[in-house]
Amino acid sequence: MSSNSTQGRPEAIRAVPVRHPGRWVAAGVIAILAIMAVHAVITNTRFHWAEQAKYAFDASVIAGVKTTLMLTFFSMLIGVVLGIILAIMRLSSNPLVSGAAWLYIWIFRGTPVLVQLLVWASLGALFPTLGLGIPFGHLFFSARTFDLIPGLAAALLGLGLNEAAYMSEIVRAGILSVDEGQSEAATALGMTKMLTLRRIVLPQAMRVIVPPTGNETISMLKTTSLVAYVPYYELLFKVQNIYTRTYQVMPMLIMASLWYLAMTSILMTGQYYIERHFARGSLRTLPPTPVQRFRTRFLGISG
Amino acid sequence: MTQPMVKAENVYKSFGRLEVLKGINIEVAPRKVFCIIGPSGSGKSTFLRCINHLEKIDAGRLAVNGELVGYHERGGLLHEMRERDVAAQRRKIGMVFQSFNLFPHMTVLGNVMEAPINVRGEAKAIVLERATKLLERVGLEDKMNNYPSQLSGGQQQRVAIARALAMEPELMLFDEPTSALDPELVGEVLDVMRKLAEDGMTMIVVTHEMNFAREVGDALVFMDGGVVVESGNPRDVLSNPQHERTKTFLSKVL
Ligand SMILES: Nc1ncnc2c1ncn2[C@@H]1O[C@H](COP(=O)(O)OP(=O)(O)O)[C@@H](O)[C@H]1O
Ligand SMILES: [Mg+2]
Repeated sequence: MSSNSTQGRPEAIRAVPVRHPGRWVAAGVIAILAIMAVHAVITNTRFHWAEQAKYAFDASVIAGVKTTLMLTFFSMLIGVVLGIILAIMRLSSNPLVSGAAWLYIWIFRGTPVLVQLLVWASLGALFPTLGLGIPFGHLFFSARTFDLIPGLAAALLGLGLNEAAYMSEIVRAGILSVDEGQSEAATALGMTKMLTLRRIVLPQAMRVIVPPTGNETISMLKTTSLVAYVPYYELLFKVQNIYTRTYQVMPMLIMASLWYLAMTSILMTGQYYIERHFARGSLRTLPPTPVQRFRTRFLGISG
Repeated sequence: MTQPMVKAENVYKSFGRLEVLKGINIEVAPRKVFCIIGPSGSGKSTFLRCINHLEKIDAGRLAVNGELVGYHERGGLLHEMRERDVAAQRRKIGMVFQSFNLFPHMTVLGNVMEAPINVRGEAKAIVLERATKLLERVGLEDKMNNYPSQLSGGQQQRVAIARALAMEPELMLFDEPTSALDPELVGEVLDVMRKLAEDGMTMIVVTHEMNFAREVGDALVFMDGGVVVESGNPRDVLSNPQHERTKTFLSKVL
Protein backbone atom coordinates (compact mmCIF):
# COMPACT_ATOMS: atom_id res chain seq x y z
CA MET A 1 0.00 0.00 0.00
CA SER A 2 2.32 2.74 -1.23
CA SER A 3 1.59 6.31 -2.29
CA ASN A 4 -0.12 5.38 -5.55
CA SER A 5 -3.01 3.72 -3.67
CA THR A 6 -4.53 7.20 -3.88
CA GLN A 7 -4.94 6.74 -7.62
CA GLY A 8 -7.56 4.03 -7.03
CA ARG A 9 -7.78 0.59 -8.57
CA PRO A 10 -5.89 0.41 -11.89
CA GLU A 11 -7.62 -0.78 -15.05
CA ALA A 12 -7.85 -4.58 -15.43
CA ILE A 13 -5.06 -6.05 -17.56
CA ARG A 14 -5.99 -6.70 -21.18
CA ALA A 15 -2.98 -8.49 -22.61
CA VAL A 16 -2.55 -10.01 -26.07
CA PRO A 17 -2.61 -13.79 -25.47
CA VAL A 18 0.43 -15.91 -26.41
CA ARG A 19 0.08 -17.41 -29.89
CA HIS A 20 0.47 -21.17 -30.31
CA PRO A 21 1.23 -21.80 -34.00
CA GLY A 22 2.32 -25.40 -33.23
CA ARG A 23 -1.11 -26.21 -31.88
CA TRP A 24 -2.80 -24.99 -35.02
CA VAL A 25 -0.55 -27.13 -37.23
CA ALA A 26 -1.19 -30.19 -35.05
CA ALA A 27 -4.93 -29.58 -35.06
CA GLY A 28 -4.90 -29.31 -38.84
CA VAL A 29 -2.99 -32.58 -39.29
CA ILE A 30 -5.30 -34.42 -36.91
CA ALA A 31 -8.39 -33.06 -38.65
CA ILE A 32 -7.16 -34.22 -42.07
CA LEU A 33 -6.30 -37.71 -40.75
CA ALA A 34 -9.71 -37.96 -39.11
CA ILE A 35 -11.53 -37.00 -42.29
CA MET A 36 -9.53 -39.60 -44.24
CA ALA A 37 -10.36 -42.30 -41.71
CA VAL A 38 -14.07 -41.50 -41.64
CA HIS A 39 -14.16 -41.40 -45.44
CA ALA A 40 -12.43 -44.79 -45.68
CA VAL A 41 -14.79 -46.40 -43.19
CA ILE A 42 -17.98 -45.00 -44.68
CA THR A 43 -17.21 -45.71 -48.31
CA ASN A 44 -15.84 -49.22 -47.77
CA THR A 45 -18.81 -51.41 -48.66
CA ARG A 46 -17.31 -54.35 -46.78
CA PHE A 47 -18.31 -52.76 -43.52
CA HIS A 48 -21.91 -53.45 -44.55
CA TRP A 49 -23.30 -50.49 -42.66
CA ALA A 50 -26.80 -51.26 -43.85
CA GLU A 51 -26.48 -54.79 -42.48
CA GLN A 52 -25.21 -53.45 -39.16
CA ALA A 53 -28.06 -50.98 -38.94
CA LYS A 54 -30.52 -53.76 -39.67
CA TYR A 55 -29.39 -55.82 -36.69
CA ALA A 56 -28.28 -53.07 -34.30
CA PHE A 57 -31.73 -52.82 -32.73
CA ASP A 58 -32.83 -56.35 -33.43
CA ALA A 59 -34.84 -57.76 -30.54
CA SER A 60 -32.23 -60.41 -29.78
CA VAL A 61 -29.40 -57.86 -29.79
CA ILE A 62 -31.34 -55.56 -27.46
CA ALA A 63 -31.99 -58.52 -25.19
CA GLY A 64 -28.24 -59.23 -25.25
CA VAL A 65 -27.45 -55.60 -24.37
CA LYS A 66 -29.86 -55.78 -21.45
CA THR A 67 -28.33 -59.02 -20.22
CA THR A 68 -24.84 -57.55 -20.48
CA LEU A 69 -25.88 -54.55 -18.39
CA MET A 70 -27.68 -56.77 -15.89
CA LEU A 71 -24.66 -59.10 -15.56
CA THR A 72 -22.34 -56.11 -15.14
CA PHE A 73 -24.54 -54.59 -12.46
CA PHE A 74 -25.03 -57.70 -10.37
CA SER A 75 -21.46 -58.97 -10.75
CA MET A 76 -20.15 -55.59 -9.60
CA LEU A 77 -22.66 -55.55 -6.75
CA ILE A 78 -21.42 -58.94 -5.56
CA GLY A 79 -17.85 -57.82 -6.13
CA VAL A 80 -18.17 -54.57 -4.19
CA VAL A 81 -20.10 -55.97 -1.22
CA LEU A 82 -17.93 -59.04 -0.87
CA GLY A 83 -14.85 -56.93 -1.60
CA ILE A 84 -15.61 -54.61 1.31
CA ILE A 85 -16.14 -57.59 3.61
CA LEU A 86 -12.87 -59.19 2.46
CA ALA A 87 -10.99 -55.90 2.89
CA ILE A 88 -12.24 -55.54 6.45
CA MET A 89 -11.34 -59.18 7.10
CA ARG A 90 -7.82 -58.62 5.78
CA LEU A 91 -7.34 -55.69 8.13
CA SER A 92 -8.55 -57.73 11.10
CA SER A 93 -6.09 -58.42 13.90
CA ASN A 94 -7.34 -62.02 14.07
CA PRO A 95 -4.85 -64.02 11.94
CA LEU A 96 -7.46 -66.67 11.08
CA VAL A 97 -9.82 -64.05 9.68
CA SER A 98 -7.20 -62.14 7.73
CA GLY A 99 -5.66 -65.42 6.58
CA ALA A 100 -8.98 -66.63 5.18
CA ALA A 101 -9.38 -63.40 3.23
CA TRP A 102 -5.83 -63.69 1.94
CA LEU A 103 -6.46 -67.25 0.77
CA TYR A 104 -9.63 -66.21 -1.03
CA ILE A 105 -7.83 -63.41 -2.83
CA TRP A 106 -4.90 -65.67 -3.66
CA ILE A 107 -7.15 -68.23 -5.34
CA PHE A 108 -9.62 -65.97 -7.12
CA ARG A 109 -7.06 -63.48 -8.34
CA GLY A 110 -4.54 -66.12 -9.28
CA THR A 111 -6.68 -68.09 -11.72
CA PRO A 112 -8.19 -66.90 -15.04
CA VAL A 113 -11.77 -65.70 -14.80
CA LEU A 114 -12.70 -67.81 -17.82
CA VAL A 115 -11.54 -70.92 -15.97
CA GLN A 116 -13.58 -69.87 -12.93
CA LEU A 117 -16.66 -69.37 -15.11
CA LEU A 118 -16.25 -72.80 -16.66
CA VAL A 119 -15.71 -74.37 -13.24
CA TRP A 120 -18.96 -72.88 -11.92
CA ALA A 121 -20.79 -73.93 -15.07
CA SER A 122 -19.56 -77.50 -14.84
CA LEU A 123 -19.52 -77.89 -11.09
CA GLY A 124 -22.06 -80.65 -11.65
CA ALA A 125 -19.31 -82.85 -13.00
CA LEU A 126 -17.37 -82.54 -9.74
CA PHE A 127 -20.30 -82.55 -7.32
CA PRO A 128 -23.37 -84.02 -9.09
CA THR A 129 -25.53 -83.11 -6.12
CA LEU A 130 -25.19 -80.34 -3.58
CA GLY A 131 -26.63 -80.74 -0.12
CA LEU A 132 -26.74 -79.28 3.33
CA GLY A 133 -26.17 -81.48 6.33
CA ILE A 134 -23.81 -82.72 9.02
CA PRO A 135 -20.49 -83.92 7.56
CA PHE A 136 -20.62 -87.76 7.26
CA GLY A 137 -24.01 -87.60 8.95
CA HIS A 138 -27.59 -86.71 8.24
CA LEU A 139 -28.40 -84.82 5.05
CA PHE A 140 -31.15 -82.23 5.46
CA PHE A 141 -31.45 -81.24 1.88
CA SER A 142 -29.91 -82.05 -1.46
CA ALA A 143 -30.48 -81.16 -5.09
CA ARG A 144 -28.95 -81.68 -8.49
CA THR A 145 -26.14 -79.17 -8.96
CA PHE A 146 -27.34 -78.21 -12.42
CA ASP A 147 -30.76 -77.21 -11.06
CA LEU A 148 -29.15 -75.15 -8.32
CA ILE A 149 -26.62 -73.41 -10.53
CA PRO A 150 -28.14 -72.63 -13.90
CA GLY A 151 -26.27 -70.55 -16.46
CA LEU A 152 -27.17 -67.24 -14.88
CA ALA A 153 -25.96 -68.28 -11.44
CA ALA A 154 -22.74 -69.70 -12.87
CA ALA A 155 -22.16 -66.44 -14.73
CA LEU A 156 -22.81 -64.28 -11.67
CA LEU A 157 -20.77 -66.52 -9.36
CA GLY A 158 -17.86 -66.63 -11.78
CA LEU A 159 -17.79 -62.90 -12.46
CA GLY A 160 -18.80 -61.66 -9.00
CA LEU A 161 -16.54 -63.84 -6.88
CA ASN A 162 -13.57 -63.08 -9.11
CA GLU A 163 -14.33 -59.37 -8.97
CA ALA A 164 -14.54 -59.45 -5.17
CA ALA A 165 -10.88 -60.43 -5.00
CA TYR A 166 -9.87 -57.36 -7.00
CA MET A 167 -12.34 -55.05 -5.27
CA SER A 168 -11.10 -56.09 -1.84
CA GLU A 169 -7.60 -54.89 -2.70
CA ILE A 170 -9.01 -51.61 -4.00
CA VAL A 171 -11.11 -51.12 -0.87
CA ARG A 172 -8.20 -52.04 1.37
CA ALA A 173 -5.99 -49.45 -0.32
CA GLY A 174 -8.78 -46.92 0.18
CA ILE A 175 -9.15 -47.69 3.88
CA LEU A 176 -5.39 -47.49 4.40
CA SER A 177 -5.31 -44.12 2.65
CA VAL A 178 -7.42 -42.52 5.39
CA ASP A 179 -5.37 -40.84 8.09
CA GLU A 180 -5.25 -42.74 11.39
CA GLY A 181 -6.21 -39.57 13.24
CA GLN A 182 -9.66 -39.89 11.71
CA SER A 183 -10.57 -43.19 13.34
CA GLU A 184 -8.84 -42.02 16.50
CA ALA A 185 -11.04 -38.92 16.67
CA ALA A 186 -14.12 -41.03 15.99
CA THR A 187 -13.15 -43.56 18.66
CA ALA A 188 -12.57 -40.74 21.14
CA LEU A 189 -16.13 -39.55 20.44
CA GLY A 190 -17.39 -42.94 21.53
CA MET A 191 -18.00 -44.45 18.11
CA THR A 192 -17.63 -48.21 17.73
CA LYS A 193 -15.35 -49.72 15.08
CA MET A 194 -18.22 -50.50 12.72
CA LEU A 195 -19.76 -47.05 13.05
CA THR A 196 -16.35 -45.43 12.51
CA LEU A 197 -15.85 -47.51 9.39
CA ARG A 198 -19.28 -46.71 8.01
CA ARG A 199 -19.48 -43.01 8.83
CA ILE A 200 -15.89 -41.81 8.87
CA VAL A 201 -13.41 -44.11 7.13
CA LEU A 202 -15.29 -45.56 4.14
CA PRO A 203 -16.75 -42.23 2.94
CA GLN A 204 -13.23 -40.81 2.85
CA ALA A 205 -11.80 -43.98 1.36
CA MET A 206 -14.28 -43.58 -1.51
CA ARG A 207 -12.08 -40.92 -3.09
CA VAL A 208 -9.42 -43.57 -3.57
CA ILE A 209 -11.89 -46.40 -4.23
CA VAL A 210 -14.14 -44.86 -6.90
CA PRO A 211 -11.71 -44.28 -9.80
CA PRO A 212 -10.36 -47.85 -9.93
CA THR A 213 -13.90 -49.17 -9.33
CA GLY A 214 -15.05 -47.28 -12.40
CA ASN A 215 -12.22 -48.98 -14.24
CA GLU A 216 -13.32 -52.33 -12.89
CA THR A 217 -16.93 -51.71 -13.95
CA ILE A 218 -15.91 -50.85 -17.50
CA SER A 219 -13.65 -53.85 -17.55
CA MET A 220 -16.49 -56.00 -16.19
CA LEU A 221 -18.84 -54.83 -18.92
CA LYS A 222 -16.46 -56.31 -21.47
CA THR A 223 -15.55 -59.36 -19.41
CA THR A 224 -19.22 -60.37 -19.39
CA SER A 225 -18.65 -61.39 -23.01
CA LEU A 226 -16.82 -64.43 -21.59
CA VAL A 227 -20.06 -65.88 -20.27
CA ALA A 228 -20.92 -66.74 -23.87
CA TYR A 229 -18.91 -69.86 -22.99
CA VAL A 230 -20.95 -70.78 -19.89
CA PRO A 231 -23.14 -70.53 -21.94
CA TYR A 232 -25.23 -67.56 -21.08
CA TYR A 233 -26.98 -65.29 -23.50
CA GLU A 234 -25.42 -61.84 -23.36
CA LEU A 235 -24.63 -59.42 -26.16
CA LEU A 236 -21.69 -61.23 -27.76
CA PHE A 237 -23.52 -64.56 -27.68
CA LYS A 238 -26.47 -63.01 -29.50
CA VAL A 239 -24.23 -61.39 -32.09
CA GLN A 240 -22.40 -64.67 -32.65
CA ASN A 241 -25.78 -66.27 -33.24
CA ILE A 242 -26.51 -63.73 -35.92
CA TYR A 243 -23.24 -64.01 -37.77
CA THR A 244 -23.25 -67.79 -37.78
CA ARG A 245 -26.47 -67.40 -39.77
CA THR A 246 -25.48 -64.48 -42.00
CA TYR A 247 -21.69 -64.98 -42.24
CA GLN A 248 -21.21 -61.22 -41.77
CA VAL A 249 -18.61 -61.67 -39.05
CA MET A 250 -16.78 -58.33 -39.14
CA PRO A 251 -19.82 -56.07 -39.45
CA MET A 252 -21.50 -57.84 -36.54
CA LEU A 253 -18.39 -57.65 -34.37
CA ILE A 254 -18.06 -53.93 -35.13
CA MET A 255 -21.70 -53.45 -34.28
CA ALA A 256 -21.20 -55.25 -30.97
CA SER A 257 -18.14 -53.06 -30.28
CA LEU A 258 -20.17 -49.93 -30.92
CA TRP A 259 -22.69 -51.16 -28.37
CA TYR A 260 -19.93 -51.80 -25.85
CA LEU A 261 -18.47 -48.36 -26.53
CA ALA A 262 -21.84 -46.71 -26.02
CA MET A 263 -22.32 -48.49 -22.70
CA THR A 264 -18.80 -47.75 -21.40
CA SER A 265 -19.25 -44.08 -22.37
CA ILE A 266 -22.35 -43.88 -20.20
CA LEU A 267 -20.46 -45.54 -17.34
CA MET A 268 -17.59 -43.06 -17.67
CA THR A 269 -20.00 -40.15 -17.38
CA GLY A 270 -21.52 -41.69 -14.28
CA GLN A 271 -18.06 -42.19 -12.81
CA TYR A 272 -17.24 -38.50 -13.32
CA TYR A 273 -20.20 -37.41 -11.24
CA ILE A 274 -19.60 -39.99 -8.51
CA GLU A 275 -15.98 -38.87 -8.17
CA ARG A 276 -17.12 -35.28 -7.96
CA HIS A 277 -19.58 -36.22 -5.20
CA PHE A 278 -16.91 -37.85 -3.05
CA ALA A 279 -14.48 -34.96 -3.55
CA ARG A 280 -16.65 -32.86 -1.22
CA GLY A 281 -14.58 -31.31 1.52
CA SER A 282 -11.22 -32.39 0.17
CA LEU A 283 -11.19 -29.81 -2.58
CA ARG A 284 -11.85 -26.21 -1.69
CA THR A 285 -13.93 -25.76 -4.83
CA LEU A 286 -15.41 -28.64 -6.79
CA PRO A 287 -14.37 -28.97 -10.44
CA PRO A 288 -17.12 -27.76 -12.80
CA THR A 289 -19.47 -30.28 -14.37
CA PRO A 290 -19.12 -30.60 -18.16
CA VAL A 291 -22.31 -28.58 -18.54
CA GLN A 292 -20.94 -25.78 -16.34
CA ARG A 293 -17.63 -25.87 -18.20
CA PHE A 294 -19.44 -25.60 -21.54
CA ARG A 295 -21.40 -22.61 -20.29
CA THR A 296 -18.36 -20.70 -19.04
CA ARG A 297 -16.20 -21.48 -22.05
CA PHE A 298 -18.63 -20.89 -24.88
CA LEU A 299 -21.32 -18.70 -23.46
CA GLY A 300 -19.20 -16.66 -21.07
CA ILE A 301 -21.54 -17.28 -18.13
CA SER A 302 -19.99 -18.32 -14.88
CA GLY A 303 -21.60 -19.76 -11.77
CA MET B 1 -13.03 -34.45 49.97
CA THR B 2 -14.84 -35.00 46.69
CA GLN B 3 -13.97 -37.89 44.44
CA PRO B 4 -11.23 -37.00 41.91
CA MET B 5 -12.28 -36.83 38.26
CA VAL B 6 -9.18 -38.73 37.24
CA LYS B 7 -7.06 -40.85 39.47
CA ALA B 8 -3.93 -42.57 38.19
CA GLU B 9 -2.09 -44.90 40.53
CA ASN B 10 1.27 -46.25 39.50
CA VAL B 11 0.37 -46.41 35.81
CA TYR B 12 2.79 -48.26 33.52
CA LYS B 13 2.71 -48.50 29.76
CA SER B 14 5.17 -49.98 27.25
CA PHE B 15 5.25 -50.16 23.48
CA GLY B 16 7.04 -53.43 22.91
CA ARG B 17 10.34 -53.03 24.71
CA LEU B 18 10.05 -49.28 25.10
CA GLU B 19 8.69 -48.37 28.51
CA VAL B 20 6.92 -45.04 28.07
CA LEU B 21 5.08 -44.57 31.38
CA LYS B 22 6.90 -45.71 34.50
CA GLY B 23 4.57 -45.33 37.42
CA ILE B 24 2.44 -42.24 36.98
CA ASN B 25 0.51 -41.02 40.03
CA ILE B 26 -1.90 -38.19 39.40
CA GLU B 27 -5.14 -36.87 40.79
CA VAL B 28 -7.28 -34.41 38.90
CA ALA B 29 -9.96 -32.64 40.92
CA PRO B 30 -13.32 -31.91 39.29
CA ARG B 31 -13.85 -28.45 37.76
CA LYS B 32 -10.11 -27.82 37.73
CA VAL B 33 -7.60 -27.25 34.94
CA PHE B 34 -4.72 -29.68 35.15
CA CYS B 35 -1.69 -28.91 33.00
CA ILE B 36 0.99 -31.35 31.87
CA ILE B 37 4.28 -30.04 30.54
CA GLY B 38 7.45 -31.83 29.59
CA PRO B 39 9.88 -32.48 26.75
CA SER B 40 8.85 -34.27 23.58
CA GLY B 41 8.78 -38.04 24.00
CA SER B 42 8.27 -37.92 27.75
CA GLY B 43 4.94 -39.80 27.50
CA LYS B 44 2.44 -36.93 27.84
CA SER B 45 0.32 -37.94 24.84
CA THR B 46 0.49 -41.60 25.81
CA PHE B 47 -0.79 -40.82 29.29
CA LEU B 48 -3.63 -38.72 27.89
CA ARG B 49 -4.56 -41.52 25.50
CA CYS B 50 -4.64 -44.00 28.36
CA ILE B 51 -7.27 -41.89 30.10
CA ASN B 52 -9.83 -42.58 27.37
CA HIS B 53 -8.46 -46.04 26.68
CA LEU B 54 -7.07 -45.30 23.24
CA GLU B 55 -4.09 -47.09 24.78
CA LYS B 56 -4.27 -49.94 27.29
CA ILE B 57 -2.22 -49.60 30.44
CA ASP B 58 0.02 -52.51 31.44
CA ALA B 59 0.03 -52.07 35.21
CA GLY B 60 -1.44 -49.82 37.87
CA ARG B 61 -4.92 -48.37 38.04
CA LEU B 62 -6.58 -45.60 36.17
CA ALA B 63 -10.07 -44.43 37.08
CA VAL B 64 -12.28 -41.68 35.70
CA ASN B 65 -14.98 -40.48 38.08
CA GLY B 66 -14.44 -43.53 40.23
CA GLU B 67 -14.83 -45.99 37.35
CA LEU B 68 -11.86 -48.05 36.13
CA VAL B 69 -11.02 -47.23 32.52
CA GLY B 70 -11.51 -50.22 30.19
CA TYR B 71 -12.06 -52.83 32.91
CA HIS B 72 -14.78 -54.15 35.16
CA GLU B 73 -13.70 -55.24 38.60
CA ARG B 74 -15.50 -58.32 39.85
CA GLY B 75 -14.41 -60.45 42.77
CA GLY B 76 -10.95 -58.92 42.88
CA LEU B 77 -10.38 -59.73 39.21
CA LEU B 78 -10.18 -57.32 36.30
CA HIS B 79 -12.33 -58.21 33.29
CA GLU B 80 -11.72 -56.52 29.99
CA MET B 81 -14.69 -54.42 28.93
CA ARG B 82 -16.53 -55.14 25.72
CA GLU B 83 -16.07 -52.63 22.92
CA ARG B 84 -19.56 -51.24 23.50
CA ASP B 85 -18.85 -50.47 27.15
CA VAL B 86 -15.49 -48.85 26.46
CA ALA B 87 -17.20 -46.70 23.83
CA ALA B 88 -19.80 -45.71 26.39
CA GLN B 89 -17.05 -44.62 28.79
CA ARG B 90 -15.38 -42.55 26.10
CA ARG B 91 -18.56 -40.60 25.42
CA LYS B 92 -18.10 -38.77 28.70
CA ILE B 93 -14.52 -37.78 27.84
CA GLY B 94 -13.85 -35.23 25.12
CA MET B 95 -10.52 -35.14 23.35
CA VAL B 96 -8.88 -32.42 21.28
CA PHE B 97 -5.88 -33.34 19.15
CA GLN B 98 -2.85 -31.41 18.05
CA SER B 99 -3.75 -32.07 14.41
CA PHE B 100 -7.50 -31.23 14.83
CA ASN B 101 -8.63 -34.44 13.08
CA LEU B 102 -11.88 -32.92 11.86
CA PHE B 103 -13.87 -35.10 9.48
CA PRO B 104 -13.06 -33.51 6.11
CA HIS B 105 -16.07 -34.96 4.28
CA MET B 106 -18.55 -33.28 6.61
CA THR B 107 -19.39 -29.63 7.09
CA VAL B 108 -18.56 -27.87 10.35
CA LEU B 109 -22.11 -28.49 11.52
CA GLY B 110 -21.92 -32.11 10.37
CA ASN B 111 -18.74 -32.60 12.41
CA VAL B 112 -20.37 -31.27 15.56
CA MET B 113 -23.65 -33.16 15.10
CA GLU B 114 -22.19 -36.51 14.03
CA ALA B 115 -21.59 -38.17 17.39
CA PRO B 116 -24.66 -36.91 19.29
CA ILE B 117 -26.90 -38.21 16.49
CA ASN B 118 -25.16 -41.46 15.61
CA VAL B 119 -23.63 -42.40 18.95
CA ARG B 120 -26.15 -41.09 21.46
CA GLY B 121 -29.09 -41.41 19.10
CA GLU B 122 -30.42 -37.95 19.89
CA ALA B 123 -33.06 -36.23 17.80
CA LYS B 124 -31.69 -34.06 15.03
CA ALA B 125 -33.57 -30.92 16.05
CA ILE B 126 -32.23 -31.02 19.60
CA VAL B 127 -28.68 -31.62 18.42
CA LEU B 128 -28.94 -28.85 15.85
CA GLU B 129 -29.92 -26.38 18.52
CA ARG B 130 -27.07 -27.43 20.80
CA ALA B 131 -24.54 -27.47 17.94
CA THR B 132 -25.55 -23.98 16.87
CA LYS B 133 -25.10 -22.69 20.40
CA LEU B 134 -21.71 -24.38 20.71
CA LEU B 135 -20.53 -22.91 17.42
CA GLU B 136 -21.65 -19.50 18.59
CA ARG B 137 -19.72 -20.08 21.80
CA VAL B 138 -16.50 -20.74 19.85
CA GLY B 139 -17.27 -17.85 17.50
CA LEU B 140 -17.92 -19.82 14.34
CA GLU B 141 -21.65 -19.45 13.78
CA ASP B 142 -20.98 -18.00 10.33
CA LYS B 143 -18.86 -21.00 9.25
CA MET B 144 -21.41 -23.72 10.03
CA ASN B 145 -21.87 -24.82 6.44
CA ASN B 146 -18.21 -24.67 5.43
CA TYR B 147 -16.00 -27.71 5.07
CA PRO B 148 -12.94 -27.96 7.36
CA SER B 149 -10.55 -27.42 4.43
CA GLN B 150 -12.04 -23.96 4.01
CA LEU B 151 -11.11 -22.90 7.57
CA SER B 152 -7.90 -21.63 9.16
CA GLY B 153 -6.09 -23.81 11.68
CA GLY B 154 -7.40 -21.83 14.61
CA GLN B 155 -10.95 -22.09 13.34
CA GLN B 156 -10.57 -25.84 12.77
CA GLN B 157 -9.34 -26.35 16.32
CA ARG B 158 -12.29 -24.37 17.68
CA VAL B 159 -14.63 -26.61 15.69
CA ALA B 160 -12.84 -29.63 17.18
CA ILE B 161 -13.51 -28.26 20.65
CA ALA B 162 -17.19 -27.69 19.81
CA ARG B 163 -17.38 -31.23 18.40
CA ALA B 164 -16.09 -32.68 21.65
CA LEU B 165 -18.38 -30.49 23.74
CA ALA B 166 -21.42 -31.61 21.75
CA MET B 167 -21.23 -34.94 23.60
CA GLU B 168 -21.57 -33.04 26.89
CA PRO B 169 -18.42 -34.57 28.40
CA GLU B 170 -17.53 -34.38 32.06
CA LEU B 171 -13.83 -34.24 31.26
CA MET B 172 -11.88 -32.68 28.38
CA LEU B 173 -8.44 -33.82 27.27
CA PHE B 174 -6.31 -31.42 25.23
CA ASP B 175 -3.15 -32.74 23.58
CA GLU B 176 -1.06 -29.72 22.59
CA PRO B 177 -4.09 -28.03 21.02
CA THR B 178 -2.12 -25.01 19.79
CA SER B 179 1.17 -26.61 18.73
CA ALA B 180 0.18 -26.93 15.07
CA LEU B 181 -1.04 -23.33 14.82
CA ASP B 182 0.57 -20.21 13.43
CA PRO B 183 1.50 -17.94 16.36
CA GLU B 184 -1.19 -15.37 15.60
CA LEU B 185 -3.90 -18.07 15.76
CA VAL B 186 -2.92 -19.50 19.15
CA GLY B 187 -4.76 -16.82 21.12
CA GLU B 188 -8.22 -17.52 19.71
CA VAL B 189 -8.01 -21.19 20.73
CA LEU B 190 -6.64 -20.42 24.19
CA ASP B 191 -9.47 -17.91 24.68
CA VAL B 192 -12.04 -20.60 24.02
CA MET B 193 -10.28 -22.92 26.46
CA ARG B 194 -10.12 -20.19 29.06
CA LYS B 195 -13.87 -19.60 28.82
CA LEU B 196 -14.44 -23.33 29.11
CA ALA B 197 -12.36 -23.39 32.28
CA GLU B 198 -14.35 -20.48 33.70
CA ASP B 199 -17.54 -22.42 33.05
CA GLY B 200 -16.22 -25.15 35.31
CA MET B 201 -15.14 -27.86 32.86
CA THR B 202 -12.59 -30.34 34.17
CA MET B 203 -9.66 -30.15 31.79
CA ILE B 204 -6.35 -31.92 31.37
CA VAL B 205 -4.14 -29.86 29.08
CA VAL B 206 -0.83 -30.95 27.62
CA THR B 207 0.72 -27.69 26.51
CA HIS B 208 3.81 -25.65 25.82
CA GLU B 209 1.91 -22.42 26.49
CA MET B 210 3.39 -21.53 29.87
CA ASN B 211 1.39 -18.34 30.18
CA PHE B 212 -1.84 -20.26 29.77
CA ALA B 213 -0.70 -22.78 32.40
CA ARG B 214 0.19 -20.01 34.77
CA GLU B 215 -3.00 -18.01 34.32
CA VAL B 216 -5.61 -20.73 33.88
CA GLY B 217 -4.05 -23.83 35.41
CA ASP B 218 -5.03 -25.01 38.90
CA ALA B 219 -2.37 -27.71 39.04
CA LEU B 220 0.62 -28.61 36.93
CA VAL B 221 2.94 -31.57 36.54
CA PHE B 222 6.27 -31.72 34.78
CA MET B 223 6.84 -35.09 33.11
CA ASP B 224 10.15 -36.43 31.86
CA GLY B 225 11.16 -39.93 30.85
CA GLY B 226 7.79 -41.44 31.72
CA VAL B 227 7.63 -40.18 35.30
CA VAL B 228 6.19 -37.14 37.03
CA VAL B 229 9.26 -35.22 38.10
CA GLU B 230 7.59 -32.31 39.81
CA SER B 231 4.07 -31.16 40.54
CA GLY B 232 2.28 -28.36 42.27
CA ASN B 233 0.66 -25.00 41.74
CA PRO B 234 1.55 -23.81 38.19
CA ARG B 235 2.77 -20.40 39.38
CA ASP B 236 5.12 -21.99 41.92
CA VAL B 237 6.50 -24.69 39.64
CA LEU B 238 7.02 -22.36 36.72
CA SER B 239 8.65 -19.54 38.65
CA ASN B 240 10.47 -21.61 41.25
CA PRO B 241 11.21 -25.14 39.95
CA GLN B 242 12.77 -27.45 42.53
CA HIS B 243 14.29 -30.10 40.29
CA GLU B 244 17.26 -29.76 37.99
CA ARG B 245 15.39 -31.39 35.06
CA THR B 246 12.49 -28.99 35.43
CA LYS B 247 14.86 -26.03 35.53
CA THR B 248 16.67 -27.20 32.38
CA PHE B 249 13.39 -27.74 30.53
CA LEU B 250 11.92 -24.40 31.56
CA SER B 251 15.09 -22.52 30.66
CA LYS B 252 14.67 -23.87 27.12
CA VAL B 253 10.98 -23.09 26.63
CA LEU B 254 10.49 -19.87 28.56
N1 LIG C 1 1.92 -46.40 19.20
C1 LIG C 1 3.22 -46.32 19.56
N2 LIG C 1 4.06 -47.33 19.25
C2 LIG C 1 5.36 -47.26 19.61
N3 LIG C 1 5.92 -46.25 20.28
C3 LIG C 1 5.14 -45.21 20.61
C4 LIG C 1 3.75 -45.19 20.26
N4 LIG C 1 3.22 -44.03 20.72
C5 LIG C 1 4.22 -43.36 21.32
N5 LIG C 1 5.38 -44.07 21.27
C6 LIG C 1 6.67 -43.67 21.86
O1 LIG C 1 6.44 -43.37 23.20
C7 LIG C 1 7.23 -42.30 23.60
C8 LIG C 1 6.36 -41.23 24.26
O2 LIG C 1 5.53 -40.68 23.26
P1 LIG C 1 4.45 -39.58 23.56
O3 LIG C 1 3.56 -40.05 24.62
O4 LIG C 1 3.83 -39.22 22.26
O5 LIG C 1 5.36 -38.38 24.09
P2 LIG C 1 5.00 -36.83 24.21
O6 LIG C 1 3.55 -36.65 23.93
O7 LIG C 1 5.37 -36.47 25.59
O8 LIG C 1 5.86 -36.13 23.22
C9 LIG C 1 7.98 -41.80 22.38
O9 LIG C 1 9.28 -42.33 22.42
C10 LIG C 1 7.22 -42.40 21.25
O10 LIG C 1 8.05 -42.66 20.17
MG1 LIG D 1 2.63 -35.59 22.35
